[in-house]
Amino acid sequence: MKKYMIYLNSKRCIGCHGCEVHCKANKDLPVGPLLCEISHEPLKSIRGVPKTEFHFRSCYHCEDPYCVPICPTGAMQQREDGIVFVEQEKCIGCMACAGACPWNIPQFNPATGKAVKCDYCMDRVDQGLKPACVTKCTTRALKFVTLTEI
Amino acid sequence: MKKTVWSMCGMCSVRCPIRVEVEHGEVKWIEGNPHILKGSLCAKGSAAQALQKDPERPQQPLIRVGGRGAGKWEPVSWYTALDYVAEKIDKIRGKYGARAIVMSCRGGPWQDMIKAFCFGLGSPNFTNHDSACGRNVHHASKSVYGLGRKGFIYDIANAKHLICFGRNILASLRVAEANQVMDMLDNGGSFTYVDVRQTLTGIKATRFFQVRPGTDYALALGMINEVIKQEAYDKEFIERYTTGFDKLAEFVEQYDANWAAKECGIKVKKLKDFVTEIGSQRPKVIFHPGWMLSRYKDSFYASRCLHILNVLMGNVEVEGGQQFPKTPGDCGVKGLRAFSSNVKKPDEKRADGVGWKYKHFDAGPGLFHLFYEAMVTEDPYPIKGLICYRHDPFTCFPDVGSQKDALDNCELLVSIDTHYSEFGWYSDVILPESMFLERETPIATQKGPKPRFIYRDRAIEPRFNTKPSWEIFKMLADRLGFGDVFPFSTPEEMWAWQLEPTGYKIEDFQEKGFVPLTDKPIMYDRDKLDGKFKTPSGKIEFVSQMLEENGIPSFKPYESPKKPPKGRFRLVFGRSPVHAHSHTINNPYLHELMPENTLWINKRVAARLGIEEGDWVDVVGDSQIGTIRAHLTEFIHPEAVYTVHGFGRQVPLQSRAYHAGMSDQKLQEGLLQMMDPAGGGLCLCEKFVTVRRSPRNPRRRVEL
Repeated sequence: MKKYMIYLNSKRCIGCHGCEVHCKANKDLPVGPLLCEISHEPLKSIRGVPKTEFHFRSCYHCEDPYCVPICPTGAMQQREDGIVFVEQEKCIGCMACAGACPWNIPQFNPATGKAVKCDYCMDRVDQGLKPACVTKCTTRALKFVTLTEI
Repeated sequence: MKKTVWSMCGMCSVRCPIRVEVEHGEVKWIEGNPHILKGSLCAKGSAAQALQKDPERPQQPLIRVGGRGAGKWEPVSWYTALDYVAEKIDKIRGKYGARAIVMSCRGGPWQDMIKAFCFGLGSPNFTNHDSACGRNVHHASKSVYGLGRKGFIYDIANAKHLICFGRNILASLRVAEANQVMDMLDNGGSFTYVDVRQTLTGIKATRFFQVRPGTDYALALGMINEVIKQEAYDKEFIERYTTGFDKLAEFVEQYDANWAAKECGIKVKKLKDFVTEIGSQRPKVIFHPGWMLSRYKDSFYASRCLHILNVLMGNVEVEGGQQFPKTPGDCGVKGLRAFSSNVKKPDEKRADGVGWKYKHFDAGPGLFHLFYEAMVTEDPYPIKGLICYRHDPFTCFPDVGSQKDALDNCELLVSIDTHYSEFGWYSDVILPESMFLERETPIATQKGPKPRFIYRDRAIEPRFNTKPSWEIFKMLADRLGFGDVFPFSTPEEMWAWQLEPTGYKIEDFQEKGFVPLTDKPIMYDRDKLDGKFKTPSGKIEFVSQMLEENGIPSFKPYESPKKPPKGRFRLVFGRSPVHAHSHTINNPYLHELMPENTLWINKRVAARLGIEEGDWVDVVGDSQIGTIRAHLTEFIHPEAVYTVHGFGRQVPLQSRAYHAGMSDQKLQEGLLQMMDPAGGGLCLCEKFVTVRRSPRNPRRRVEL
């Protein structure tokens, strides 16, 4: 059962791209892979003020992920709480996961030769903390949400 | 086991308080101090980890062996480098006097140490970058309140309306301030933004005035006129605390809303509605008086008007307005011992003329660019040495060619910095400072509604043979015979020496990384503000005695800015949230986010010039050309082109930044001495450039 989600309050987002770097620095990633991304629509004038909406995208942590069954070594796994992650020791860097993912989310880490993707910073989550991008978001626009069934 | 180290970010000049986690001698995590910033940090802050690991920074002291700027260096030990610098300074001091040395730094909470070094050496010529930054705002503030630009803080979070004239407050990021703006908007506050282009700040605005470049002053005059006409000002406050209101009203009479709207290219109804709105929201209305306003010939007067509008709103010392920054004294605590308390300011005229030739300017840091004049003319006396600490004049000031010509009169140029600055590359000696995670700094006072003492501890040992600045200045002072100005030899001794009068100990900083001096915000009684304004009259002065006594009018008749000739554009520049000017262009993470700058140009204009999105364009100054890609947008005024400042760097050892993008300051030929005589700021947006589609765009490609 999917338990978590990262939500962006676009009203508070200022497009500073802090989250992208917070993520990279926490995971000690080299130049290249980017595990979350901020994008925005082209500016449109609304009542005289050019405006835009920001979007945040990391891994969707699908309930039924394509990347898990295609992984030949069992490195790509789904936890009980729904977090989809790569077990680095088992990964051989074949990137079948990226091919299977409709959004090409898993990325190649040139420093390790393995796949890397957003895992909601599960080591932090397991300590009761929030993902790096959420914890350090410049304007506290990102929220780490626990989903509940209604 | 992870260890917490309290520090202050050094990626830009804001110096956000941070908490650093260190494990096995490596930085694992950096976040905004949870007690102050609740963890928030910007992209630059996190990218500090990439900077620390980056070998593309000076790794040991370097002495130039080839010609200036040729890039031939001899790596030397600290003893050799410091002996070399001390010997050169001694030689200059013997021949021309200590006053022939200029000491420049980047300003900020630790500048007192640099000032003490300068004065200890015996030179009055302490300076900083500010004449290419906030001097106009500072001097405008002094003319109105008798207080500098830091004489007020802004309680934006509780304001009902924030007005920014080109102050790109959400991209020129200060984390705490950005959160204040967002909180204000969440609480339903209004936000009016004025600029020649739309910015990341402007997209959050509730009202946007896109004005013709150089007409800020006109808009501010029109606003004052309309505020008076609608009687939207605080009569009681004006009566109680100000002088010269009648003269102000008389002067602005000719600049009514219709005139201003026409001059700026905006709708008059929008302007009048704006004034009606702020009239109902005051005193919780804040006009940001500007930050970097070394822009137009009348930026000083525009900033004066913004200060005046704040006064008209009566927003002084109210919630949601401007507040006096409270000091340790307001909390019944003695201040930190100042480094400069150990030295006497040399009784000598400054070579930049500030304080005697220019009596209306603040003689604290003076005006850097005027030293260039003294270098060339030797008037009032020769300048033979320049030490720049954390300051890169070649990126900060315009017209690098003219700067080099002036510097060729100097016998010693020293750069003390964590990275290769363009000035450093041209200098004689580079003394590499440890990057901020690798060094400790003196304790600083942060004034505010809740003042505090704060410090930066060393998180990890320096990766290269670099040193913290306090040690560099101490070792230089020892060699030059005034080491007793800095009576300590370890950081612990330094902190204890600073803290002695306060009664606090460095251990008191362990819990939160700072010492709060009060629990509750302190506010002065608004009915008893007498004595708080440091003007000659003790009142807020619309007609400034200080200006008038120096032959400068308090109100300057408006002159319409020149329209660029056909095919030419006014070159304007600004900031991106992912870079801190030139400091970060070579940072691996930030370079990845933004490797080069682009030239923003109005869509319709670009179409006429045959320029399409992403095309290479040549931006031509007088003799300099920059070539970058064009970014087309309908949200920039057709008279202007815009680029992000800091790019186009020419230090070969910075492989990522080398020749990436275009440098605006190199195109600003002829602007080095174009100073606003009233405000002291340079006029950096007074340059017209030609833009054309570059021959670099491939028409076809032949591969053999």
